[in-house]
Amino acid sequence: MEILIIITILLYMLSAAGYFTYLFFQKEFLHKIGLYLVLAGFMCHTVSIAGVCITLGQIPVHNLHQNLSIAGWVLACVFLIFNYIFRLKIFGIYAVPLISVIMVAVSRIPNEPVQAKSIFKSFWVLSHVIAVLAGDAAFAFAFGLGILYLIQENAIKTKKPGFFFKRLPSLEMLDNAGYVCIVAGFSLLTFGLITGFVYAKAIWGKFWVWDPKEVWSGITWLFYAALLHERLAAGWRGRRAAIMAIIGFAFMLFTYFGVNFLFKGHHSEFTRLQPAETTINTILNKDDPTEKASD
Amino acid sequence: MTDIVLLGINHKTAPVELRECIAFTDENTGIALDSLKTNSGINEALLLSTCNRVEVLLVTDDASVAIDSAKKFIAEFNNIPLTQFEDSLYIHRGDEAVRHVFRVASSLDSMIVGEPQILGQIKDAYKTATEKKISGVIINRLLHRTFFVAKRVRTETGIGDSAVSISYAAIELARKIFGDLDGKRVLLIGAGEMAELAVEHLIRNRASDIRVANRTFEHGLKLARKFNGQAVRIEELIDCLKVADIIISSTGSPGFILTHAQVKGMIRKRRNRPLFFIDIAVPRDIDPDINKLANNYVYDIDDLKGVIEDNVEERNREAIKGERIVDEAVIRFREWRENLAAVPTIKDLRNKLESIAEKEVNKTLRSNNISQENAEAVHRMTRALINKILHDPTQVLKNNSCMGDKSNYLDITRKLFKLDE
Repeated sequence: MEILIIITILLYMLSAAGYFTYLFFQKEFLHKIGLYLVLAGFMCHTVSIAGVCITLGQIPVHNLHQNLSIAGWVLACVFLIFNYIFRLKIFGIYAVPLISVIMVAVSRIPNEPVQAKSIFKSFWVLSHVIAVLAGDAAFAFAFGLGILYLIQENAIKTKKPGFFFKRLPSLEMLDNAGYVCIVAGFSLLTFGLITGFVYAKAIWGKFWVWDPKEVWSGITWLFYAALLHERLAAGWRGRRAAIMAIIGFAFMLFTYFGVNFLFKGHHSEFTRLQPAETTINTILNKDDPTEKASD
Repeated sequence: MTDIVLLGINHKTAPVELRECIAFTDENTGIALDSLKTNSGINEALLLSTCNRVEVLLVTDDASVAIDSAKKFIAEFNNIPLTQFEDSLYIHRGDEAVRHVFRVASSLDSMIVGEPQILGQIKDAYKTATEKKISGVIINRLLHRTFFVAKRVRTETGIGDSAVSISYAAIELARKIFGDLDGKRVLLIGAGEMAELAVEHLIRNRASDIRVANRTFEHGLKLARKFNGQAVRIEELIDCLKVADIIISSTGSPGFILTHAQVKGMIRKRRNRPLFFIDIAVPRDIDPDINKLANNYVYDIDDLKGVIEDNVEERNREAIKGERIVDEAVIRFREWRENLAAVPTIKDLRNKLESIAEKEVNKTLRSNNISQENAEAVHRMTRALINKILHDPTQVLKNNSCMGDKSNYLDITRKLFKLDE
């Protein structure tokens, strides 16, 4: 299994290199190389995750190692879909290095053996994890598009077309793609939260327990809801929308990582580097864990 | 051996005041070529005169004589003393002259590198020279190579890629803001060549719904009809702001036609849709502060010039690749010219005949069972035959009995016997 992950990382990194040379030389075949490499990496990654799934008999999200690996996989999947829809060739210079960095992090974090727990064996957990991670991936893309938008907008406003002006697509394209990403991300996040609530209710009889992860997910959700509302109602677009997408991503990152490191709660074990017996016991005794397995 | 000589002045060596003094009109070019033809030192000639350069390309047997008479000719023809322009004159000979012609045609030597007009001008100049029957083998060959090189440089480098004209730069910017210009609404305020050119570019990029606002409604109507659009009164400008995507302004108004406050008031009604202002007027029509508003972009004439300057730098980088293509072509042309000398041609001719003879003799000897002694005799006879056949042509090519047009004879010889393959 270990070798598969290494091949995956290599393919992702080569793809990132391909995209960077494409950025500089603007030759069509370089973009194609980048795309095929990331596709190959994704397939390799899929095989490796499927292998773990089969041995565990459930979705592997027990520790940070597994959790991030799934996140990287979802990101790659969303990138391939995004690429198919928008054909925004240059976007690979953001997405593929991001996937590569996540996968390098995965390889550095020890994969502590975990015992399979019955709470993960549920359709609700699976859909919760995948939906929330796919939503996060879409927000990550909206963030990247926001940055590209600001670079391109700055070039046009200041009237200094530099290195990126020629290489980046039009403002309208970046803005639209960012909007689609946020709509998709918001829908997926909403779905993920609902499945989480349903599962929590089924296991512990409560929808909402004021767990910090829940609270911050709620805040993130409200933020994106406000952003979408303004876009639909007042036609918010361009620079402001791009900045909001960037801030929204910061909220999302905090919900994903920050909450787990700063607060205690029923999601914290998934980012723990060394699973402590006591924590697991406390959580299990506390009788409210698991409703969002990762986000 | 004949020599290729080029002398001329261009925008780098002479100011426009001087260039216009020795420029040749189309009509004068013909007359000038006629009188150059009477000069016995000049075998072939080509005269190129554009607003940025005047160049004379000569094929001659004696370069220094030809240069002197060409200088004198330019001075006399334009009625200005030689001393006045002699310092600005550049003179290239041989490979350097060939390289210069290639570079000029490929637009590597132009004021705006990569501008496409120069090639057409050279084609016209060449056409005039052929009509006056003053172009010969060398100029014909050189110019055909030139057209080929210029085409290669254009297609294989990015020398003509980025916009270096005001109106085209504006379109490129619009594409970076809107992406597809299909269906974008254009508002033209005022009139003017550059503004109208920009509108035409936009229409070619499938922008639709052209509106024209003009102080005199009638003039506006005429313009609108030209663009298949709609004329509006200048008082309706604010209403047009609601729907327009691209506004091109070029009026003679002393103050701003559109102010920051007016546009700001429309933002909400426009639902923040981007708006691109192209201000070609001097003094400016569009309040530059509008550029500070979100999703509004204002480019005035100086900004567009700035964009062009950057693109020019880009072209200069691409030009380096063009120089490489030119270098290659210069070497190939030199090889062709070296072959055109008498000795290599005679040698090639002899080799060709000998190889044919040997092949045929061997075939005959093999199939007819001829003894060693007899075979020797056949070989001797073949060699003698070749020498006899080649004697007269060799004399003609070697001696200067071709009435000063030796390269023509050499060229024909090479073609008749396919010596270049």
